[in-house]
Amino acid sequence: MALIVDHNKPLSTCPLKVSAPLGAALAFMGMKGCLPMFHGSQGCTAFALVMMVRHFREAIPLQTTAMNEISTILGGMDQVEEGLLNIASRAKPEIIGLISTALTETRGEDMSGELKQIRARNKELNDIAVVEVSAPDFAGSLETGWGKAVAAIIRALAVPTGGLAKLHQINLLPGCHMTPGDIEALKDIIADFGLDVVVLPDLSDSLDGHVAESYVPTTLGGTPAAKVREMGRSKLTIAIGEHMRVSARTLQEKTGVPFVLLDRVTGLEAVDRLMVSLSTVAEVPVPARQRRARSQLVDAMLDGHFYFGGRSIAIAAEPALLWSMGKLVSDMGASIAAAVTTQAVPQLSELQAERIIIGDFEDLEDQILEAGGCDLIIANSNGRQAASRLSTPLFRAGFPVFDRLGPAHEVSAGYRGTRDLITRLGNILMECPNHGPISAEHIHGHTAVAAG
Amino acid sequence: MLKRKIQELMTEPGCAVNTAKSAGERKKGCGKKLVPGAAAGGCAFDGAKIALQPITDVVHLVHGPIACEGNSWDSRNAWSSGPTLYRLGFTTDMNNLDIIHGGEKKLYKAIRKAIARHSPPAVFVYQTCVGALIGDDVEAVCKAATERLGVPVIPVNAPGFVGSKNLGNRLAGEALFEHVIGTVEPNDVGPTDINILGEYNVCGELDQFRPLLARLGIRLRASITGDARFADVAACHTARVNMVLCSQALVTLARKMKEKYGIPYFEGSFYGISDTSDALRAIAGLLVERGVDPTLTERTEALIAEQEALAWARIEPFKARLKGKRVLLYTGGVKSWSVIQALQEVGMEVVGSSVRKATASDREKALARLGGDEEKLADAIPPREMYKMFAEGRADMMLSGGRSQFIALKARTPWIDINQERHHGYAAYDGMVALVRQIDLSINNPIWKQVRAPAPWDQQ
Repeated sequence: MALIVDHNKPLSTCPLKVSAPLGAALAFMGMKGCLPMFHGSQGCTAFALVMMVRHFREAIPLQTTAMNEISTILGGMDQVEEGLLNIASRAKPEIIGLISTALTETRGEDMSGELKQIRARNKELNDIAVVEVSAPDFAGSLETGWGKAVAAIIRALAVPTGGLAKLHQINLLPGCHMTPGDIEALKDIIADFGLDVVVLPDLSDSLDGHVAESYVPTTLGGTPAAKVREMGRSKLTIAIGEHMRVSARTLQEKTGVPFVLLDRVTGLEAVDRLMVSLSTVAEVPVPARQRRARSQLVDAMLDGHFYFGGRSIAIAAEPALLWSMGKLVSDMGASIAAAVTTQAVPQLSELQAERIIIGDFEDLEDQILEAGGCDLIIANSNGRQAASRLSTPLFRAGFPVFDRLGPAHEVSAGYRGTRDLITRLGNILMECPNHGPISAEHIHGHTAVAAG
Repeated sequence: MLKRKIQELMTEPGCAVNTAKSAGERKKGCGKKLVPGAAAGGCAFDGAKIALQPITDVVHLVHGPIACEGNSWDSRNAWSSGPTLYRLGFTTDMNNLDIIHGGEKKLYKAIRKAIARHSPPAVFVYQTCVGALIGDDVEAVCKAATERLGVPVIPVNAPGFVGSKNLGNRLAGEALFEHVIGTVEPNDVGPTDINILGEYNVCGELDQFRPLLARLGIRLRASITGDARFADVAACHTARVNMVLCSQALVTLARKMKEKYGIPYFEGSFYGISDTSDALRAIAGLLVERGVDPTLTERTEALIAEQEALAWARIEPFKARLKGKRVLLYTGGVKSWSVIQALQEVGMEVVGSSVRKATASDREKALARLGGDEEKLADAIPPREMYKMFAEGRADMMLSGGRSQFIALKARTPWIDINQERHHGYAAYDGMVALVRQIDLSINNPIWKQVRAPAPWDQQ
């Protein structure tokens, strides 16, 4: 039982949190023919865009309403209108995600009301779905924005399918902690059961790092709006991660499709639950390939547990990833030396840690020092400074990962993904013998370190 | 107040672009109007941060919601030869309640906490859109903090919505002029002290020319702000000469330093071989004018002759490998014309160059270099056009910033980064050799043959 602690500090040092609008933009990256736009000053877009580019090493279509001093005072609806029309004529997208920011939310812009008027007077927007999302930076983090965007897409595009017959199909609502590789793996698993799937959003089709045959100003792939309209004909929705609950419920309310919410799809028991759900809805036994994969995972746990037992691991991540990683290392016999996350999610109190701190990388470092050091840190690339000061290996996971190739292809979902994750973590632990005590000198002996 | 400052920056008499404009044009200000739905680039806050973050030993504290710092900290490639404090991200991470109740108290507490934990020589506090919108008086908080906590706390008033990155650079210069420069009197003033303004030590570029200055007995008092220490910037009013790089950013600062402290300045560049030589000549010339031993001129010429010969000799082996390759130069930062010159010297053909941020004289020189072909000088090339250029094989490679990299790469075309996220220093003589080497490594990499070949089943 862990205590969830929010220091409510006036000063955040080395933030773990990234902004909610970025999370919303990321969700729109999994929509086909999409070009999202932040309603804010152009820096809001530039920072989010650069961060996604560095993580995915892909072009990121993301625009801005480029709010200036005057529009900030007088209201930004002209900026929104001009922005929408410019995007419509230049990029010809199927979907535009219109995402508010702290700037416009602080002003109190009535985006939905004015959007109606804009649409009414501009016929060029008729064929474009404009999905608006309220996701101010001052509330929540990456997960929040992602969840809000998916729910908004469902509200805008999903429709009750009335008397139409159900398809042999399910819906999959992955959380933002799932990589394109994870989604690809889940699609393979679902296909093994003979089911079709609508993934919302589907980053594995857009940000999986592929080379298109021509220049595309919008997203390179993803879920088409038409597919979202067909989600009502699915037999079941599987949502992954607590932050997808609202989306799953919204979809159920709109279309009547029941949902199961899986807290994670990493770890033997967790994947077993996924298999049972799929087997039930597909009305087929779990396929031989998955049974074999399960057996491989069991073997990996047998081979790997020697290297996890008694070791201590620190994790800094968004709630869903912290949960998934924290449960796995506990499952394997390691202890959680420190856990830091971005917002209080009650479920996290079930982690086998003393405390869950809502905080930043400074908190992580302090917690690790208090624990007398740890064997491994799991965090995004921004954990690199702390890891280097503590001389502790860093396993990069989450967002952003900008100093490694291929974060999009890292897989931890399903039996095979779990097997491979255990292998990767186990290998680091095998290579690094038990940590010794960390002296104060160790921490404060700053050496010249270059950024980059 | 901020408004007046911006107006003043927009009418900078020291800026060549500005003075070339008509009165009406000038009043409109510099930088294009940002077009919603078709804009690119950072905001004023981003620009201010880029210009000041390289001061390595201070706390850079951002007063705003999480996006401003959470989405960007430790992402700039400015190196330090010592302190690492500047690489930590600090923010007040404003939430709903701060916006309702105002964030001044939180900001004060944050400053106090940062000083208590890190004992920096100064704290820079950056205002952002939301802080400005709810009326948080960052300047007053900084003033109070300076008085009560005994550490200089510098307000940087450049909220994102006031304009572009470039304007932010300039507002950062204003903050230095008003609150930092001249606040420390050094006890080691020397006759050959100089400052370099607008140099951010990206990938350690300072060390591509600092040793050259050292050989001439010239001391870099402060680089503003690459690899800088607060005390050096605070004492930089004692320098004898200012050199302004990336001129449109900090020329106002140079002009004001000239007016207030009598420091002459010139605009120059360390990108390209002949530009580097010209810069060294100009520094020496101004120092001699200010009374330094005139033999400095001869020693400088000797150094230039030696270094140029050395650089060209090091570039020589690349000529055979690069001859006839067509390159598209698409950047505002690394000044174009002398880079064009160097590329042409190795036998490459420059098929196009952007002159977005170039001064009129730079543009003319570039044009002359390109044989007077106006079509080769572009302000901006639409991505679709650019992709077509590569797909049709009209250029063999591109040198640009990260933003356009995927247009080249996805068209299976070699690309190297010459903007601020670059991973190699390209300054001065060594830097030019490094650039040519990187071009060779990129364009002659064996992958191109394989990645361009169609899959067996797609071959006719």
